Amino acid sequence: MSAVSVTVPSRRQKWIAGTVVIIYALVTIMPLLWIIATGFKTPSDAISYPPKVIFQPSLEGYVNLFTTRSRVAPDTLAALGEPTTWYDRIVRQYDMVITGPSRYGARFLNSVIIGFGSTFLSVFLGTIAAYAFSRFKVPLKDDLMFFVLSTRMMPPIAVAIPIFLMYRQLGLSDTHLGMILLYTAVNLSLSVWLLKGFIDEIPVEYEEAALIDGYTRFQAFVKVVLPQAATGIASTAIFCLIFAWNEYAFAVLLTSGIAQTAPPFIPTIIGTGGKDWPAVAAGATLFLLPVMVFTILLRRHLLRGITFGAVRK
Amino acid sequence: MSEPLSQRAATATPPVLAHRIRGLSDRAIAWIFVAPTIALLLAVNIFPLIWTIRLSLTNYRSNRPNAPVKWVGLENYQKILHDPDIWNTFQVTAHFLIWTLVLQVLLGFGLAYLINKKFRGNDLWTTIIVLPMMLSPAVVGNFWTFLYQPQIGLFNYVIAFFTGADPSSFSMIGDVGLAPWAIVIVDTWMWTPFVMLICLAGLRSIPPSIYEAAECDRASKWRQFWTITLPMVLPFLMLAVLFRGIENFKMFDLVVQLTGGGPGSTTELTSINLKREAFEKWRTGYASAYAVILFVTVFGLASIYVKALNKVKDR
Repeated sequence: MSAVSVTVPSRRQKWIAGTVVIIYALVTIMPLLWIIATGFKTPSDAISYPPKVIFQPSLEGYVNLFTTRSRVAPDTLAALGEPTTWYDRIVRQYDMVITGPSRYGARFLNSVIIGFGSTFLSVFLGTIAAYAFSRFKVPLKDDLMFFVLSTRMMPPIAVAIPIFLMYRQLGLSDTHLGMILLYTAVNLSLSVWLLKGFIDEIPVEYEEAALIDGYTRFQAFVKVVLPQAATGIASTAIFCLIFAWNEYAFAVLLTSGIAQTAPPFIPTIIGTGGKDWPAVAAGATLFLLPVMVFTILLRRHLLRGITFGAVRK
Repeated sequence: MSEPLSQRAATATPPVLAHRIRGLSDRAIAWIFVAPTIALLLAVNIFPLIWTIRLSLTNYRSNRPNAPVKWVGLENYQKILHDPDIWNTFQVTAHFLIWTLVLQVLLGFGLAYLINKKFRGNDLWTTIIVLPMMLSPAVVGNFWTFLYQPQIGLFNYVIAFFTGADPSSFSMIGDVGLAPWAIVIVDTWMWTPFVMLICLAGLRSIPPSIYEAAECDRASKWRQFWTITLPMVLPFLMLAVLFRGIENFKMFDLVVQLTGGGPGSTTELTSINLKREAFEKWRTGYASAYAVILFVTVFGLASIYVKALNKVKDR
């Protein structure tokens, strides 16, 4: 018997646990690596059998993602002369010319606008509401807090039926403003609950000291509480952004063109003669990578965010 | 101890004057801070809910906004509860819910248990395992249809490699028998880390002193697991099941991209079925009644479950 505590796992236990977890992690990461790899394959490499792990990387998927192309007759092609750019050269191999940009850029930009717009609004409203719930005697506080949460229990499709009719009346269908307001409302439950938890953790004494020093309540909130809650606000913002970024159900039902975000658009990318998987994978890679980076940055607050603040660790 | 000067001054000042000096009262600030949130939630959640209930009593069709709307009472509700298609989607949903929960609880708890052995680098591997859950379900679900392709798909290739079957002999999303499992697999792949993270928090909350005491009493490892580890993690596990249960009851994006409810209606979950009624057949009144039934179901089940959860917590 060693002198160390009995609760510390033995070296053999650690070794077995580590091996199993690493194998699981490698299996689970495979689909994601496959998305990234497929983005750099040529269409024929992407659908080869057996699936190619080692291949000549190509930017064809990315070129196809961002452009629209059309096939031209060989003599027309010859009349155009030598391709001047690398992307022209890729497209010419297939007797095609680039006719313009695709809609991916615009859809991605919509995701950015709607994501950041709704995040800003829901964090702003969430912070002040959470402060009030945390510090003041709000009548029916528990009921209101539960009401805020219960809005998350509705299936999005069920909510979408009246929203669809309402937006049609108000002219908000397929607009950025409409989507920003909708995502703000959905995210408020998350931001209020999370931020209340963060603000609860800031000692009330700080504000009391500020109030005694002659600050007004509002000044105390802005100058004392907000800086203390900065980390909490930042991680809440990232969670709201990820939700809005990933959202699909409302987007597919309420937008069709002008305000369509990337998630409903990416699955509709098609090529000539069969689905252009490298282009889809390229689009998915660019869309998923920011979230992967945020996840790594957020890892300490992850648990809190996904449980609406119910589990803090 | 005497009160600070500022406070004495504050209590001595008449309220009206104090208000002017100190700006808004706490009460006013509380209202101003809470009001926008409540207003927005009323506008985007409660008002539509009431509207849905109203619509559910009519035969309104949103693709014909000018057609006369007839009041039909509870007819829609009656029709839904007698519709065999809807009972089929409830069965499909139940299959999906039960299996995803069972698999995610087993895998998630198992992984958390192993990670809690604190082997070197466990932080890094935990972060890697967590990645799928943060990604857009629609985009990832769409790509899984590529992995599930017979012949060229990676999933089929790997399965064939280990079982010796022909990779083009089975289609996970095209086969009536396999499709319900195809969606369970992807959901489990995506959401096991969720259960894992919550279980990990539960395991880490158990003070080591309890195990030391059990060790002194010569309790076997097996007994320690059943009498200490599991009961202490149970509230966490139940919370994870609550979250996953609600989310998967509402499940739409991942599955609609994977199978679209097919083949036939073998993977037609309630949300997909509801979308079909509301936005393809445009039976708005009928779909509204359906939505109300779903909401009452999820709300009712969740309330009962939360009561049970609180009992376990209090124990």
